[in-house]
Amino acid sequence: MHAYIQFVIKRLWQFVLVVFIGINIAYLITHATPIDPVEQSISAVTSFGNTAPEAIAEMRKSLQELYGLKGDWLEQYISFWRRILRADFGPSLSAFPTPVTDLIARALPWTFGLLFFTTLVSWGIGNGLGALAGYYRDSRKLKAFGILAMGLHPVPYYIVALLLMIVFGFVWPILPITGGSAMDVRQGWNWQFIESVLLHSVLPAMSLIMIGVGSWFLGMRSLVSNIITEDYVIYAEIGGVAQNRILRSYIVRNALAPQVTGLAMSLGGVFNGAVITEKIFGYPGLGTLLVDGVYAGDYGLVLGVTSIAIIGVSFSVLVIDLIYPLIDPRVQVQA
Amino acid sequence: MKRIVLDLLKYNSEFRLGVFLISIVVVMAGLSFFSPYPPNDVYVVAPDVPPSFANWLGTTSRGQDVFWQLTIAIRNTLGFGLLVALLSRVISITIGLLSGYLGGWVDRLLMAVNDTFIVIPLFPILILFYFVLRDSMSTVLLAVIMSSLGWAYDSRLIRSVAMSLKTREFTGTSVFSGMTTFEIISREHLPYVLPIIFSTTLNNMNWSIGLEVTLAVLGFMDINTPTIGGMIYWANQHTAIVAGVWWWIIFPVLLVVATFVGLYLIAVSINEYIDPRSRLARMGGGHS
Repeated sequence: MHAYIQFVIKRLWQFVLVVFIGINIAYLITHATPIDPVEQSISAVTSFGNTAPEAIAEMRKSLQELYGLKGDWLEQYISFWRRILRADFGPSLSAFPTPVTDLIARALPWTFGLLFFTTLVSWGIGNGLGALAGYYRDSRKLKAFGILAMGLHPVPYYIVALLLMIVFGFVWPILPITGGSAMDVRQGWNWQFIESVLLHSVLPAMSLIMIGVGSWFLGMRSLVSNIITEDYVIYAEIGGVAQNRILRSYIVRNALAPQVTGLAMSLGGVFNGAVITEKIFGYPGLGTLLVDGVYAGDYGLVLGVTSIAIIGVSFSVLVIDLIYPLIDPRVQVQA
Repeated sequence: MKRIVLDLLKYNSEFRLGVFLISIVVVMAGLSFFSPYPPNDVYVVAPDVPPSFANWLGTTSRGQDVFWQLTIAIRNTLGFGLLVALLSRVISITIGLLSGYLGGWVDRLLMAVNDTFIVIPLFPILILFYFVLRDSMSTVLLAVIMSSLGWAYDSRLIRSVAMSLKTREFTGTSVFSGMTTFEIISREHLPYVLPIIFSTTLNNMNWSIGLEVTLAVLGFMDINTPTIGGMIYWANQHTAIVAGVWWWIIFPVLLVVATFVGLYLIAVSINEYIDPRSRLARMGGGHS
């Protein structure tokens, strides 16, 4: 147990470091710019119509603090962090005066649901099929799937989503291609709404899964095909252990450990993919919020979503890392 | 080197397909030098003409020939990928070899930073860059930014090789013969990691081209430099699919998919070649 606590502390420290470096990059980016971001943002907003002078003053204050343009550099840096830690990104400029935090809170469940579901499904399917393909090397169907995975895996999310959009939106229009749910359905816990949400999530989920499955499949297949040449597997085969059991408890259990680490390491990339997919299908999650924020010149929103993305992804990685010792008992001894 | 390529061509069908696809892409890029008009000129041909003998891949709604537009676009896209890959190789090789060879606290520190860069979602950060830089964002600047963000995964891979090289006898011999750390790393260890570096270069190109296409499609980079992403961006702006100008979007997509699959297949077959077990299995000399 002592070793596990040490392990937890090590991971927590890594989590803090990730968030620290990530937020600092965001800080540096916004401060290396030669353009005066505050005035640019304000003029972008006020050009759309009349805004009360008090509202502009409020906006300028919160923007200056967010950008950290008040006081000397140390004060600026501290007030920037204070804002981040309180999760207070000021009012959104594009949806003034709704606080950025509210917008993010509204979008977060969509992204989380989509990501959680697709990551789990593609990890499960990819590893399952990959293990089978590595073990039963002569299966025609699995070989064909391997070729398909090889062709799909290197293609970026955007292209796959675009192709799905063309196929199901124009060539064979059977699925809704935009939005998170139908416009005329009231949001709430009723069957109609849930059905609409599920239907709308098919295409975004499909594009994420299609790319995701490939990399897990290929990784698992090569892991398994390496493990089956190990002495203990050959020994088990000679000893007459049932094939099923060899595959499940002798091979897959060993191959799963690196795949769990891989899951933690790939989360950032999956999130990137979700951002793009959401934008294409008009899914009301963080990705759409982020991209629209850029189009609208909404600094608080963009910084808010970026920070939440960094914190959210590294927190999920932390969670996976903490589960890891349950799968790989060696960690408990080492740490 | 020549032997390796010939071996791969002979025994590895994935490598053959990869080389074939990449040859097409490179030839396309090369043809851009023979384009009959400058790539940014618009309304040089009749707009919205479907593929025909005069315009092989049709023309765009902006009055450009899709074929010639595509040649310059793929050239810029490939160049972009290559630039990012080369720049980020410098970082990942240095960090990977140093970290693996020195070990101890240097290794722990470097890997802590390294893992951070693996975990952080880079796309929002790139978007933040665009948000701040706006029109000052150029293709070269984006390449520099992306290479300073995208080295981490490969440096971990290189580190793992360097760690095993460190325990080999010749490293000890080099130390006793008075070579400095820099000499050992650059002269003794670097040659061993070159094959891996080559395959990571290809994968890194895929990564950066994918991001470039995505950013450009969203309009988050210099969209006046013709690239594959830029082409799709303009096609989307003119709602090409709805307007029935499908050739404007399909051909860039096909070409860029050929690039991805080609680069990936070559990288995979090189990785397989590095691992002697799978190489033998492929040549029929071993058994699985």
